[in-house]
Amino acid sequence: MATKTYAGINIEVNDEGYMLDSSQWSKEVATEIAKDEGVELTDKHFEVLDYIRNKVANGETLTIRGINKSGVVDAKTFYQLFPGAPLKKATKIAGVSKPESCI
Amino acid sequence: MKKLLILGAGTAGTMMANKMRKLLARDEWDITIVDQFKTHYYQPGFLFIPFGMYSKNDVIKPKSDFFPTGVHVIYSKIDKIQPGENNVLLEDGVVLKYNYLLIATGCKTAPEEVNGLKDKLWYTDIFDFYTVEGAVALANHFKTWKGGELVINISELPYKCPVAPLEFAFFADAFFTERGMRDKVNITYVTPMSGAFTKPRATKMLGDLLEQKNINLIPDFAIMEVNNDEKKIIDYGGAEVKFDCLITIPPNLGDELIERSGMGDDMNYVPTDKHTLRSEKYENIFVIGDAANIPTSKAGSVAHFAAEILEENLLCAIEGRPFTASFDGHANCYIETGYGKGTLIDFNYDTEPLPGSFPFPGLGPFGLLKVSRMNHYGKVLFRWIYWHILLKGKEMPIDSEMQMAGKKL
Repeated sequence: MATKTYAGINIEVNDEGYMLDSSQWSKEVATEIAKDEGVELTDKHFEVLDYIRNKVANGETLTIRGINKSGVVDAKTFYQLFPGAPLKKATKIAGVSKPESCI
Repeated sequence: MKKLLILGAGTAGTMMANKMRKLLARDEWDITIVDQFKTHYYQPGFLFIPFGMYSKNDVIKPKSDFFPTGVHVIYSKIDKIQPGENNVLLEDGVVLKYNYLLIATGCKTAPEEVNGLKDKLWYTDIFDFYTVEGAVALANHFKTWKGGELVINISELPYKCPVAPLEFAFFADAFFTERGMRDKVNITYVTPMSGAFTKPRATKMLGDLLEQKNINLIPDFAIMEVNNDEKKIIDYGGAEVKFDCLITIPPNLGDELIERSGMGDDMNYVPTDKHTLRSEKYENIFVIGDAANIPTSKAGSVAHFAAEILEENLLCAIEGRPFTASFDGHANCYIETGYGKGTLIDFNYDTEPLPGSFPFPGLGPFGLLKVSRMNHYGKVLFRWIYWHILLKGKEMPIDSEMQMAGKKL
């Protein structure tokens, strides 16, 4: 565990940098985490982040196939928005836990 | 008469029918269980079929062997649940009423969800081993296969029995070594996870095993489609892996009946309280096994531990008392590592798999995160336990709650 300062707030994160308390999240916090990940956030990014936060709050599983079918963003664009490992990057920036804690 | 209705007569549903028939008075409670199929599959046995260790007959028995007397059994497809009206509609128009409903309709593979997977190479060069048909077709294929690129690919999470694809890789290494053709078979494990498994210690231990056995690991691969003409799998980011024989773990989805009933998330899993096992929306509906969206493994061991919690909580609900049992997400998985040896992991919602001994602290006989012959015997013995003790809802000498004693932090 560690504490990081984003947008002037002290935020608890795990060893991999994922936020432990999702309620500390804000657009400003997201923008700074994204900077660390080499991503500059646009409105489209925030649309995807909102979708992810809603899904996680409902206890639903995130998959790239599911995101592709969501109507929010297709998989290709999702990869362009969060290059590399998009699900891992997007969840980190969305202030939720990594999407594979369940096995 | 009050009515308890159980949908699905797989591992979870069958255990619950046996448990509840013992607990509920026969002159007050009618118990009915519904399933469309008459055959019970021992699903952990599918893994052994491609390598000629089990045949189809080793993993099937009639479901009717496992129902207690005093439970009504209906073999029918289920159309939908009408949760507001306490009705279940069967395919032929029959309406079943219930006071309490248990949903145990499981999950299944959905290869049609990935483009090109169930296409012209299906069951000629592309196989699954999560169905008896796929496992048998693969066994036949391996009998004459000359070798090449053997690719094992997990489509996405969650899927049933998270360790089975690793076991498949370990078995394949041993199988082709024993046949004297391991040098002709290049084994590659392609997964959407960042490593061999999810949690750090098990990932390290299992990742090291892959390396020792000369099995390549390609992490962070989210499959988009299969190119049948060029025999390669392609990920959403554009990465490609060529195969001669593809072993797929297709996406897993809950039953369509959950979708028809408007009761599931977008993978047809029923939103369920992870501790009480009650539906998040309906007070008289409980969910057990793979059908639930709870964040633990989709596996028989989980259903078994959950059943002990659910029998207690269901009685609480029926008698109007607060819930007294809480599920911790306990899972316990024997992992075959080939050459007559195995390893074992034991974990729950909060505690990752740790090294140690099981079930008796310091004594074992099973070793956690260790490779031993005894762990393999545990797995072999389990088939007998499954048919004779577990399905019939009898007591097992293992706590439903995960124990820290015997584990090393």
